[in-house]
Amino acid sequence: MLTAIAFTPIIGAALVFAVRAPARTTRLIALAVVVAELALTIWMYAVFSAPQGGYQFVQRADWVPAAGVQYLVGVDGLSAPLILLNGILGVAAVLVSWRVELRVREYFAWLLLLQGAVMGVFASLDLILFFIFWELELIPMFFLISVWGTGRRDYSAMKFLLFTFIGSAFMFAAILALYFSFPAGERTFDMTALIWKDMSSLIVPTSLVFGGFLIAFAVKLPIAPLHTWLPDAHTDAPTAVSVMLAGVLLKMGGYGLLRINAGMFPDQLAAAAPLLAALAVVNVLYGAFIVLRQTDLKRLVAYSSVSHMGFVVLGIASAGAGAAQLNGVGLNGAALQLFTHGTITGLLFVVVGLVYDRAHTRHIPDMGGLAGRMPLIAAGFMIAGLASLGLPTTSGFVAEIMVFLGTFPVYGLATALAAFGVVLAAGYILWTAQRALFGPPRERWSALPDASPIDAAAMAVLIVPIFVFGVYPAPLTDVFEAGVAPIVRGLGG
Amino acid sequence: MLPEAAAWLIIGLPLLAGLICIGALRPWRRGLWPLAGYVGVAGTAGAFALSLAAVNGAMGQGDAGYEPHRWFAVGGRDGFAMTVGVLLDPLSAIMAAVVSGVSAVVQVFSLGYMKKESDAENGAWSDYPRYFAYMSLFTAAMLGLVLAYNLIQLFVFWELVGLFSYLLIGFWHHRPAAAAAAKKAFIVTRIGDFGFLLGILYLFLHRGEFAALGLNPFEIPAILEAAPMLGAGVATWAALGLFAGAAGKSAQFPLHTWLPDAMEGPTPVSSLIHAATMVAAGVFLVARLFGLFEQSAAAMDTVALIGGFTAVFAAAMGLAANDIKRVLAFSTVSQLGYMFLALGVGAPGVAMFHLFNHAFFKCLLFLSAGSVHHSVHTFDMRYMGGVRKWMPATYLAALVGGLSLAGIFPLSGFWSKDEILGAAWGGESAAAPVVFWLALAAAFMTAFYVFRLILMTFHGEFRGGVDAVPYEERIPDEAHHHVHRRESPLVMTLPMILLAVFAIGSGFAANSLVALGPIPAHWFSHFLHEDAPDFSIGVAGASTAVALAGAALAALAYGTRTISFDRFGAPWRFGGRLLAQRFYLDALYEDLIVRRVLHRGLFLASDWFDRRIVDGVADLAGWFGRNGGRAAAQLQTGQVQVYGAAVSMGAAVILIFYLLQR
Repeated sequence: MLTAIAFTPIIGAALVFAVRAPARTTRLIALAVVVAELALTIWMYAVFSAPQGGYQFVQRADWVPAAGVQYLVGVDGLSAPLILLNGILGVAAVLVSWRVELRVREYFAWLLLLQGAVMGVFASLDLILFFIFWELELIPMFFLISVWGTGRRDYSAMKFLLFTFIGSAFMFAAILALYFSFPAGERTFDMTALIWKDMSSLIVPTSLVFGGFLIAFAVKLPIAPLHTWLPDAHTDAPTAVSVMLAGVLLKMGGYGLLRINAGMFPDQLAAAAPLLAALAVVNVLYGAFIVLRQTDLKRLVAYSSVSHMGFVVLGIASAGAGAAQLNGVGLNGAALQLFTHGTITGLLFVVVGLVYDRAHTRHIPDMGGLAGRMPLIAAGFMIAGLASLGLPTTSGFVAEIMVFLGTFPVYGLATALAAFGVVLAAGYILWTAQRALFGPPRERWSALPDASPIDAAAMAVLIVPIFVFGVYPAPLTDVFEAGVAPIVRGLGG
Repeated sequence: MLPEAAAWLIIGLPLLAGLICIGALRPWRRGLWPLAGYVGVAGTAGAFALSLAAVNGAMGQGDAGYEPHRWFAVGGRDGFAMTVGVLLDPLSAIMAAVVSGVSAVVQVFSLGYMKKESDAENGAWSDYPRYFAYMSLFTAAMLGLVLAYNLIQLFVFWELVGLFSYLLIGFWHHRPAAAAAAKKAFIVTRIGDFGFLLGILYLFLHRGEFAALGLNPFEIPAILEAAPMLGAGVATWAALGLFAGAAGKSAQFPLHTWLPDAMEGPTPVSSLIHAATMVAAGVFLVARLFGLFEQSAAAMDTVALIGGFTAVFAAAMGLAANDIKRVLAFSTVSQLGYMFLALGVGAPGVAMFHLFNHAFFKCLLFLSAGSVHHSVHTFDMRYMGGVRKWMPATYLAALVGGLSLAGIFPLSGFWSKDEILGAAWGGESAAAPVVFWLALAAAFMTAFYVFRLILMTFHGEFRGGVDAVPYEERIPDEAHHHVHRRESPLVMTLPMILLAVFAIGSGFAANSLVALGPIPAHWFSHFLHEDAPDFSIGVAGASTAVALAGAALAALAYGTRTISFDRFGAPWRFGGRLLAQRFYLDALYEDLIVRRVLHRGLFLASDWFDRRIVDGVADLAGWFGRNGGRAAAQLQTGQVQVYGAAVSMGAAVILIFYLLQR
């Protein structure tokens, strides 16, 4: 099952690349692949049993037996929703790429490979396999930005690569240190087994191993000051890549923090929690301050991602509560924020891309009065924006309030400061809407068409989960609850 | 008693109507658009009928006693359990009836008003179904707020009410002033909502105390039940947080600045949302959680003083405004201040009574302003005058509304204002004597600006309407309009007449000193399970005297013109400028704090720091890296391969290392 989910896009990528079809056919093949993939992920999510908990759909095979490397995949409550998220975003990414005309076969092949690699990250339960998929994702990203990007795309692609690569080096060192800390015979890369190991006496100080993982994931999430690759990558990437980058790639960082830092190193996490809470406040407020100065729509949304990822860090910081108080609400909120931010910011980038396709500008002062010309796109922007500022009945609100409820009893001041980010979010979202969408209709936009049915479908794919989980979050929170429960137990709660 | 499903339908019917308008009618053929108005009216009227049934049920039974439903839960026993439900008791029943009733009347009025405002001539005919969709959805959200069982459920609808207010203020989004006003309203109220959120979080911090009693810290009845056990300190912080939200929504000082600007929306919107219902949500919230506020003298005094100060402060700004809608907006802020004042001195029933009366007479005044605008196409009173000659029905409606607002015996405003003054006079808190005099001062100012408004608009010689407004000062959409000297159509005057009946009678009929036929004495107070307020002839006499004095001063200045304020010279001009600039608070917030300190200060510095320092360090590291490995850097695609090779080599090294170790 999970093997099918991880490899359908990868085989699809090969198929798209191999079949020398006209551009239109290529697009349809790619769409068929991502729709099939979405169907698979929905099926998996429906079959996944939250009350049962634990790892499900586990497949295990020896890979490099000499080194104890296994092909081990499986999902628990933490990864199942993120796999669903990746399935949803894949469809949106293909739909929003409908107008790509340059080297179409290669483009869709890389895009599908990207989706497959991310699936692999979320499905892997073996650290080496996890690492391979983690690195595999870099290659399509690099080419997608440097070939199909805009602006300083070479610089941005390289910057993205180097940041992640340096982060990965820390992770790899940490993986090895972890592996060799145990006597021969007990060595393993199996994450399901490592969770239960005593981490108190490793060959290097445990905090170093913890820190190695933390740096890798902090780059990806990103946590300030390791975030500056993100605005550049977003700005110069093609629309679909921005959608995937904001939608799922950043989530790999949050997922890693929860799965590895929180799951395997609860004591170190609890010790680092005050630092994380402080960093979270910096992320939220500093990110929001910068958003309010941006005039490029994509940079604006990119910095808003930095700000919103601060809520993920804040939720994880609730682990510092101490065994008596810990209840997992904050951790669940952090996980939920990963999912909701994926759909919301994915939608924001879809809309920004649609505007850019038409107006050929992302410079906000050049816009204005677009709402009258393209009511559907304007509605899409407003929905994404309102969800981003945490309006109730959208999933953004549920995630934020859970993070705040979970962390306020632990770090009251930090939570209050971060919660003020919600006011700032209202400021930058509505100010942007006012400048870009409202105001008198402009002559130069009078010929611009509204969303086509394909564009509308790309928006609808993301709008549906925003409202469904915003109004009735239980199908999501119950599953995350099953995923967070072992972490809470590990923390002694 | 109403079955629970019917209670949910009070929210559901307008919601359904709104969804039909926006989802089915608007994208559909133009031919169906006129139906939107009737769909909207039908949905809201249905909610009104059910609300009346709920009031009837509450008279007999009090609390309907519906159980809340589990919605979702996280974090296990010590975690967060979200419940939803309908809390139908006398307070929410009467509020639901006011909201849905006023909304239905305003939507009928809109059938006439919006048809012209969104005529084909403007190319904005598609505005018509959109308008009724937003109005219906607003009504649903407001009713959801009123009937919420759970504080977070209430917050959800509270924010949705803010959303529809935003959409309706910015309804004509091609007008820059409307887009700016909508944004301002949302952000200023959200600053208050930040306090509301902290209040919610603070209650969760004390979930242990609730759990010990077997209660959910967010269920409103549970909060009221636990409040006496929480202690004054806890109650103070929780109450002040919630009050911040209430002050934002109800436009109390210092978060009042959004409401006058909100008048950029269509006039029936101002009437329903920014006069009668939504802005009263803050008052409702405090009344709803009064049991919590009561536990803290500090919170109560804060509410009373903010309310009392705002009553005077806003009334002062109303003295000099020339835009008829702005005068009414300042008046609304001021009257909401009265309601908070009443809450703060411990009289929630009195506050609700004033809310009830105010909804009718203020809605009426706004509809009158809209009706006048329908004829003269300007809101600037300097270009009006003499309008009563061709708008007798509108004139009478405005007169009734104005006399009621000014608190003239025996109209409805007199009774509730008198109860407020009485409550402040008899109040025992530290703030009570202070706020009594503030309330009396505000009563004087209210009478003055009301009569100034009536005289400038309806009396004297006609000063030309939109045709006399300099072209560059006109709203672009309306630049081509001309004055039509005729009364508004029946579909607009009829709702005004209906509201006028209430503006006359709702005061003495609903809470009469003596039984009136089938209506028992003090029906309203007893319905809310409150003691009947004392009637003091001294307080009533004082309030009537100051109101008459204010009215007389306005008559001398704007009617007979026997006195002119200009003779006071420089101090008079300075005062006028201070009031016209709204005490420079908007300038302080927007020009100084937002533009200079934040946008060109903190935000600019953060952006600079991020570009130059944080990213600069990264680029510098990259530069060293590049010069260290120049060969690899020459081929960009080559680097990925090199990198892949490096990973493979690394893996090989580890493998060897591992095999050697064995």
